[in-house]
Amino acid sequence: MSAVKNISEAVRSGRTTALRATERTADLLRRSDATGLNAALDWSPEYLSREAGRITQSAVRSPQSALLGVPVAVKDNIATLDLPTTCASRILDGYISPFEATAVRRLRDAGAFVACKANMDEFAMGSSTEWSAFGRVQHPEFPDRVPGGSSGGSAALVAAGVTPVALGSETGGSVRQPASFCGVVGVKPTYGRVSRYGLVAFGSSLDCISVFGEKVDDASRLLAVISGHDPLDATSADLPPLALLAPRKTLQGLTFGLPDEYFPADLHPGVQAALDHAITQARALGATIKRVSLPHARYSVPTYYIVNPAEAAANLARFDGVRYGKRDGGSQADLRGLYRATRGTGFGPEVRRRILIGTYVLSAGYAEQYYHQAMKMRTLITRDFTDAFAGVDLLLTPTTPTPAFKAGEKTDDPVAMYLADIFVAGASLAGLPALSLPVGRSAGLPVGMQLIAPAFAEAQMLAAAAAFEAAIDGRREVR
Amino acid sequence: MTWETVIGLEVHVQLKTRSKMFCGCATTFGDPPNTNVCPVCLALPGALPTPNAEAIRLATLGAFALGCTVHGTSVFARKHYFYPDLPKGYQISQYDRPLATGGAIEIESAERGQVRIGVTRLHVEEDSGKSVHDRVPRKTAVDLNRAGVPLAEIVSEPDLRSPAEARAYLTAIKQILIAAGVSDCSMEEGSLRVDGNISVRRPGAPLGTKTEVKNVNSFSYIERALEIEQARQIAVLEGGGRVEQVTHLYDSSSGTLRTMRSKEDSKDYRYFPDPDLPPLVLDALWLAARREELPELPAEQRRRLMTRYGIPAYDAGVLVGVPALADHFEAVVAAGADAKSAANWVMTEAMAVWNESGRLEVSAPRLAALIVLVQGGTVSRQSGRKVYALLRSDPADPMALAERLGVVQVGDGDQIGKWVDEVLAAFPAEVVRYRGGEQKLIGFFTGQVMKRSGGKADPKAVGGMLQDRLK
Repeated sequence: MSAVKNISEAVRSGRTTALRATERTADLLRRSDATGLNAALDWSPEYLSREAGRITQSAVRSPQSALLGVPVAVKDNIATLDLPTTCASRILDGYISPFEATAVRRLRDAGAFVACKANMDEFAMGSSTEWSAFGRVQHPEFPDRVPGGSSGGSAALVAAGVTPVALGSETGGSVRQPASFCGVVGVKPTYGRVSRYGLVAFGSSLDCISVFGEKVDDASRLLAVISGHDPLDATSADLPPLALLAPRKTLQGLTFGLPDEYFPADLHPGVQAALDHAITQARALGATIKRVSLPHARYSVPTYYIVNPAEAAANLARFDGVRYGKRDGGSQADLRGLYRATRGTGFGPEVRRRILIGTYVLSAGYAEQYYHQAMKMRTLITRDFTDAFAGVDLLLTPTTPTPAFKAGEKTDDPVAMYLADIFVAGASLAGLPALSLPVGRSAGLPVGMQLIAPAFAEAQMLAAAAAFEAAIDGRREVR
Repeated sequence: MTWETVIGLEVHVQLKTRSKMFCGCATTFGDPPNTNVCPVCLALPGALPTPNAEAIRLATLGAFALGCTVHGTSVFARKHYFYPDLPKGYQISQYDRPLATGGAIEIESAERGQVRIGVTRLHVEEDSGKSVHDRVPRKTAVDLNRAGVPLAEIVSEPDLRSPAEARAYLTAIKQILIAAGVSDCSMEEGSLRVDGNISVRRPGAPLGTKTEVKNVNSFSYIERALEIEQARQIAVLEGGGRVEQVTHLYDSSSGTLRTMRSKEDSKDYRYFPDPDLPPLVLDALWLAARREELPELPAEQRRRLMTRYGIPAYDAGVLVGVPALADHFEAVVAAGADAKSAANWVMTEAMAVWNESGRLEVSAPRLAALIVLVQGGTVSRQSGRKVYALLRSDPADPMALAERLGVVQVGDGDQIGKWVDEVLAAFPAEVVRYRGGEQKLIGFFTGQVMKRSGGKADPKAVGGMLQDRLK
């Protein structure tokens, strides 16, 4: 039933070996590369066999080694040793980090290995994984469609069965949205639940390392391992690692809120049908369903697209060609020329757009109208959720307004692209845990249901998601 | 009609920590370039800052020492500008919610007497690296050892009225922060840096346009630079011109100011709260403990030395200026020396040794013993200095050294009487002139007796005996 559990138990009992696990992963990567999926960036058979040796030698057969022999695809904005960390950007082409992210260290300490670095929208800016400097990622089942983004490579690798789990990152839905498009489970933890140390900063107040799994159980196990306080991240919550709860068999005693604003009249009919089916199942499992309102929901995308570029413009200032990464132009006398050439050619169009927007909204004379207003709105959006959770345990919504769209459909219209995040931005702004679970198909395209929970209620949210997963065939066409 | 000068100072001091503000790298001065660096202070992708608790403690002590209110919540903010020695492309500083505000210190002004100078704010920030323009031909080298070193920025109110007051303020700030153990305040090592803002106006008029003086690396240079700028502004205004808002760099080799940039292209730093760092929350108990921890500060210490030991304000001020000497003074008194004599010895002999070697060398009990010998007339003040010089390297006690030098004074009346008689016999003409009213010749006779005694005679005894015999 659970891939992560099966693999780790098989390696622990000796039914298989870490070497066989890495060889199988290399084989799957080779095959997926051949299909043109373009989801994996860097990987190497040599690196994988070294990892097999490490896992075997450390003989991590203790019960703590929850991920023994488990391959994990890691989004390319999460620092790894040995393999490059490029954020799918020319400016970091070939850059190898001298340290690894806390999340990566924890999963490797638990016996897992990094299968490959996963393709993504450059610096995680995008919703379709079309903005990678190293080419777009295909949807694993519909090559002319997008896998969602920005963690599209991680989502596609899990959906294609290359790895059972993957690390992605969320700033505003970048795991839930591609999970929904690809028909896999995507979980964003509470802000601060997982250390950001080693995650290349994009929107620091929003960024969360997040997980993908074939099943809720897979994603949960990975999340439990990487969670917990980290002294290297001042925003990391001072809490022990996430303690999982047994999967629920029923939803008895739980109240789900359906926010009016997340079920607009023009919601895609296939998405509406899949959600209706899920809500029917929830009632059948004993849940109470209530309508609720998040009155400021419609401001979440505009708010997000001010806060996020503001922080991004600051976070990306370090890529100046002085200490590492790509350097272009700039005779000795011309410092501005160095910056202009390095950053002008090193960053792609969406990154340049966000830096310009971010610089603008923080500029003297505009900060008050944009950045500070957005921060006030963020407070109101957060309060909406707090108010809603006074009467319900979890919120239940569609993850995206439509299933996966076609490649090229929105690349010329940034606002249309941003609106793909309309249902996921709110939980990010409020720092809340949320997940996307496949609940059916529309014309073959996966549809995801989103659950949003109060801060640090991941365990309750995951236990409830397991009940939906058992009751609903996520691969079934809905009408 | 006269002009009034208005000066405000921004002082950056390096907080005396072993490690940097947001990472564990050493803050050692003078190490080979780029050796005290790590992913955090190099701003490698994915690295995050974590605040240094010791830096916060020191900044809090500094703020209390300057009479500030330390806020329970303050906020780190990003200050953006591009420069190769600023790795992140922004400096972590504090902006609209600084650590501390609303302090004041007292200084002695030649023109105005004791004046209070307001301290607007004290905030914590990290230093940038260093751009080295003269190491590699036609290239700029960057040393990031200093990047991330913790600083406190102390901003004064525009309460200073002359370059001399500016200097007095800096001296006071330095004394306070050294006494509080907050910073070494060494301009040579860059652990204290000063920027000055200056304007002139007619008394009672609104503030004039201010200019900035930067890059000044000693207190006397800042005084000099402000004097030059003060004179320049007055000349401009008296010539009917207008003062432009500019920044000047002081060139100490030529003693001139060079205009760096006009405020026209002044930067927009785009401050916003640093999302990597939660607000800095200091609870009331912790703050109260820091206030307790604060040692005696120069102003209190000066008052205490004056009242407890009865020494003059000037002496107390000099002693407090060097905390080690103030302590030494108290130890010398405790070891049995008279307070005024102890102050004199510490301010002269001990100060000279301290300035020369940075150590005291002669212990308080030994100096006290020497002072007792001088007070008792066993050794003259003059000879005492020679003994003191020996005490620096010779472990023998002061009396033994005085004997070895042959400078123990003769107070014995018979011997002195013999020398006095010899002198009076040798200078009969002078004796006649003295008796005829030329009283000032007493000095001449005393000198002659001292000479005859080889400096061993107690001058007081000699004086008394001469007066007697010449009656």
